Amino acid sequence: MIEVDQVSYTYPAGTQALQDISVTIPEGDFVAIMGENGAGKTTLIKHFNGILKPERGRVRVDGVDTKDASVAELSRTIGLVFQNPDHQLFSETVEEEIAFGLRNFGFPEDEVAQRIDWTLRLLNLTQYRQTSPFLLSGGERKRVALATVLAWNPKTLVIDEPTIGQDYRQKERLRQFFAELRGQGRTVVFVTHDVEFVADCDPRVLLMYRGQILADGSAQQVLTNPEITAKASILLPQIAQLFHQLQDLGFPHEVLTVQEAKGLLEPVLPRGEAHEGL
Amino acid sequence: MKVFDGLQFRRGTSPIHRLDPRTKFVMSCLIFIQAFMFTEFFYLIVLFLAQLPLVALAQVHRQWTRSLRGGLLLILLIFFTNLIVGVVSNDFQLTSDALTYSTAMSLRFVVLMTSFSLFFLTTSPDDLGLALEQSHIPYEFCFAFTTAVRFVPVLAREAQTIMDAQRSRGLELEKGGFMKRIRNYIPILIPLIVSAIRRSLELAEAMETRAFGATKHRTSLHTLQIEGRDVITLALCVVVLAFTIYTRLYLPIPDIRIPVPAT
Repeated sequence: MIEVDQVSYTYPAGTQALQDISVTIPEGDFVAIMGENGAGKTTLIKHFNGILKPERGRVRVDGVDTKDASVAELSRTIGLVFQNPDHQLFSETVEEEIAFGLRNFGFPEDEVAQRIDWTLRLLNLTQYRQTSPFLLSGGERKRVALATVLAWNPKTLVIDEPTIGQDYRQKERLRQFFAELRGQGRTVVFVTHDVEFVADCDPRVLLMYRGQILADGSAQQVLTNPEITAKASILLPQIAQLFHQLQDLGFPHEVLTVQEAKGLLEPVLPRGEAHEGL
Repeated sequence: MKVFDGLQFRRGTSPIHRLDPRTKFVMSCLIFIQAFMFTEFFYLIVLFLAQLPLVALAQVHRQWTRSLRGGLLLILLIFFTNLIVGVVSNDFQLTSDALTYSTAMSLRFVVLMTSFSLFFLTTSPDDLGLALEQSHIPYEFCFAFTTAVRFVPVLAREAQTIMDAQRSRGLELEKGGFMKRIRNYIPILIPLIVSAIRRSLELAEAMETRAFGATKHRTSLHTLQIEGRDVITLALCVVVLAFTIYTRLYLPIPDIRIPVPAT
């Protein structure tokens, strides 16, 4: 459980990134943090494992104030994956890269080996075990970065921009993977600009705007509300846009997924020869 | 990373900002030369005090103090290395000489840092590039140099992010013995170097797509002009240099010492 209590944070250069933010992420929650560039998303997640300490207010992880614990201690429960994999990959092989975190946390060698196998399988990276991470493509490096954190199986996984550089199939895998983690009772928090991905995942959405939380609710509530999303410079997902424009025809406007849309449209569309091609 | 704050240019309109970069360069060199001509504590104090009005005039005292704070570790290192050498070479006796000398050496470093930061804080990278170009240095070198200067803060920021990322993977920089601590920096340095190389390759490609080096003779919209204030400043510099050399050769320098604290 992460409790953020009236937290404000200003960077040394003077930009105020967070303004009096309060939010609670209970165990097992599935949260997408969204918002325009510079809204404070990354600053907020950097408070979760104590990389940044609040200037005012406090952040507690499972009841422990982040001011009283080291980043390493907090990272054992809160696994934070940074946006740019190039900011952390340094080993000669993918295998060694994954072992780095495990050894830092003092896992015994036989368990390190087991966990490497497990993580590589989980993220479809087994064929790259002996490859240098620097030779992989951008999307693959991103998955290696995720693997390095996933390996020690933190209770909460916090990921900055997981979908960047991933093709549609990888995104779909990522979505299934998130669902698996949730099934295991893990908390998953991710920062993203990808509205379609969020619409597919259907998480709780925290919408940030200039260091504050503009909206906090289900994806359906937040991502179908054009006033709120416009303020946060976010485009509605395409299905939501479509149903927003079809409102006059009597359709509900809180529609987010293709399945829902199909259910609503199928009964009213004429079934004729002209539509066979569809 | 605070040291770099003292090198990061901020736009300003102070008299120092408005000087020609070449004039400022001569000024900084003058301070440099003076600092190396003297080991006497008295003269270094004079030099340091002479710099303070310049810092105030340029209105960069905040960044300057920040960079000094960042350089504190080096300053202390210089102080203690000199002190230890002084004490050891003097039958393990703490003398007033050793104490004065180490303080003077630390102060010399502060003076050098100040002259450096005064130059970089008040000179925009663009002006610096222009100054180099107008000194007939080939454009490719000027460009490489100004780009390097421009990327220092970017690199500093990146180093911070890398440190955060590795700490999130359980790396504890301050843990372990001396060798372990040095090895702790490998996970920071490799990504930093790799991404710097990657970035420079990308930059080179981006420049080539925009026809870098297509024309042999470049002209500039802005050119630097030596003006009245520059001439006056340069003349002053010459006078100060002459006086400094005279002082070094002929004048006795007051001997200020730091007494050994009574035990």
